[in-house]
Amino acid sequence: MSVNEAEATPSPAKILALEPQMKRDPQTFWGMAIQSLRRDRLTLVAIGFLAVLGTLAILAPVITGILGVGPNDTNPEIAFSPPYLAPYIEWRLGLDLETAPRILGKTDGVAHWLGTDQLGRDQLARLLYGGRVSLGIAFVAAAITLVLGVTVGTIAGFFGGMVDDVIIWFINTLVSIPGIYLLIIVSAIFKPNPMTLTLFLGLLGWFGTARLIRGNVFKVRELDFVTAARSIGAGNGRIMLQHVIPNSLPIIIVNAAIDIGVLILVESALSFLGLGVQPPTATWGSMLNRANNLMFLRDPETGSYLALHLLVAPGLLITLTVLALYLIGDGLRDALDPMMKNAR
Amino acid sequence: MFRYVLRRLLQAIPTLLGVSIISFVLVNSTPGDPILIRTFDPNITQETREILRQQLGLDQSLPLQYIRWFTGYMIRPGNVVADFQTDKVSCRYLPFLGQTVCDTGGGIVRGNLGTSISTKQPVWDRMVERMPATLELGVASLFLTLLLGVPLGVLSAVKQGSWFDNAVRFLAVVGNAVPAFWLGIMLIFLFGVYLGVLPTGGRQTLTLENEFDVVDRLRHLILPAFILAFGGIAGISRFMRTETLEVIRTDYIRTARAKGLPGSRVWFVHALRNALIPLMTILGPAITGVLTGAVITETIFAWPGMGRLTFSAAVQRDYPMVLGAVMFFSLLTILGNLLSDILYGVVDPRVRLS
Repeated sequence: MSVNEAEATPSPAKILALEPQMKRDPQTFWGMAIQSLRRDRLTLVAIGFLAVLGTLAILAPVITGILGVGPNDTNPEIAFSPPYLAPYIEWRLGLDLETAPRILGKTDGVAHWLGTDQLGRDQLARLLYGGRVSLGIAFVAAAITLVLGVTVGTIAGFFGGMVDDVIIWFINTLVSIPGIYLLIIVSAIFKPNPMTLTLFLGLLGWFGTARLIRGNVFKVRELDFVTAARSIGAGNGRIMLQHVIPNSLPIIIVNAAIDIGVLILVESALSFLGLGVQPPTATWGSMLNRANNLMFLRDPETGSYLALHLLVAPGLLITLTVLALYLIGDGLRDALDPMMKNAR
Repeated sequence: MFRYVLRRLLQAIPTLLGVSIISFVLVNSTPGDPILIRTFDPNITQETREILRQQLGLDQSLPLQYIRWFTGYMIRPGNVVADFQTDKVSCRYLPFLGQTVCDTGGGIVRGNLGTSISTKQPVWDRMVERMPATLELGVASLFLTLLLGVPLGVLSAVKQGSWFDNAVRFLAVVGNAVPAFWLGIMLIFLFGVYLGVLPTGGRQTLTLENEFDVVDRLRHLILPAFILAFGGIAGISRFMRTETLEVIRTDYIRTARAKGLPGSRVWFVHALRNALIPLMTILGPAITGVLTGAVITETIFAWPGMGRLTFSAAVQRDYPMVLGAVMFFSLLTILGNLLSDILYGVVDPRVRLS
């Protein structure tokens, strides 16, 4: 009887030999995560948006070179020139044959696709160059916060005891000073350039990451594979680098995306207040610096608001970029932590 | 419970000490001579400056300066009672230490935050002067946060998966991504400039001077309160949605349904009440959040509160003012966290023991 049963259920190898379409490659954690990401359209759109934006920012000198404008080329004669983009499309479609040529005539034939600011500087060029600064600061500062946060968090969580107490006291102390005031003091005192601002943001931004990692390390260090590693003689350093940190990687990656978004918001707020990157260097936040005064300006002839395009464009770009980063963070969380997806 | 509260209070002390050390060192590591900032007058001679420097203790090492700022006691080597004794400062020579200790009457532990450089007024007085405006804005925005955030979150959990739920969740994500200052600018332009129905800034119409006009005040309040509440609304609605969803999966809700209670009763009596409990724990940080986070909102709307005071003090390099304000805001933050820890202990007895 038992012999018959054994013959009735062939071994897995035999099934595969008979039906090759049943064969499935072994899946790794990262392979599954990428597969899950591929199905997540919203996250893909966000990644695409960010990639395009990043490319445009990197290519800023090339693009502005082709358009014949520069980020700091002032020309008071053409201040507050309206965006050329919409009239141009209407002109091409034959809907409005007057506006576009009139704008072009005023600006000496140079097309300012997104208009010009109060000094006659091309807004598109400033947005592209500002993107370099804003994105660059946020990405590098995020890298600093990650390195510091992961290092400190892992050490605190892994060793526990006194080490943990001291680190947590330090972190609790620093988060008790409202972050925005800390940054305002530091930037008001030291008048930062992009490099020092990046450093400030990085050095003052790692507390949350460290706490998050610490919590995860507390869980991981109790797991059996850590005991196993220790039993075969692995030292603390090896266990941390080989076993603990890789297990924090999903948290680190998700946190990185959201962190960059937060840093863009913080940097733009500081630059908006006039404490961040100093003029004439453009960042998305500093381009809104004069917005409070400019919003009242009207064209004496037509009565239309002159600076509307200067109010809308930088803010919209900040919002979309940060939104994209948050969506990527959410998407990565779903992809890297399938348990979370079911919980929602 | 009492021991839990006591332990939390004791834990706050080293944190506060740390905050004072860090902010003091940060502000005092500034380039530039603090005496020159105080004495712009060209008629003041170099000797007067040096005497002032000594009196203010600015010639001393940073740790001694810190002790003086924190406790109000100036410590100097040798018997120098005669040099520093005045009618305001009482000095005593301690022979066994070889040091003179002077009680300057200041010190932040005694609640004396020092004197503002720019207006020569006591720092605390300047802050008290601005406090009502900040409180008004903070209370209004907290009210808006709860009034809008809680129903949005609960309703979106009730209608989980519906278009309403999706809209609220989308708004919560977008709400976190929009820079508050930009949203503020856009709303000022829309309502203040384009439509012209609301004022563009300030706390009241200037021509009214000291006359109190409720409608005028409210018209000035609505936009800044909304901007300050905006991030909180997004956060609270998300929080309430998660909490409500967690509650409605519990057994007692299933029991309530099973015994045939009407849906509204299950929702409002059984689910909502239990979902609101965790809200208490985030109220502490929320309160400190609206009080301390107002700096950007107050700056955009020219709101005469403490945030704008601190911001302009930082720009003018009025260090005692900045230090005092930062200590005050940090104390608020610590108290807020303490409050939420204690409430957490009240709500969840497991927390008290760990």
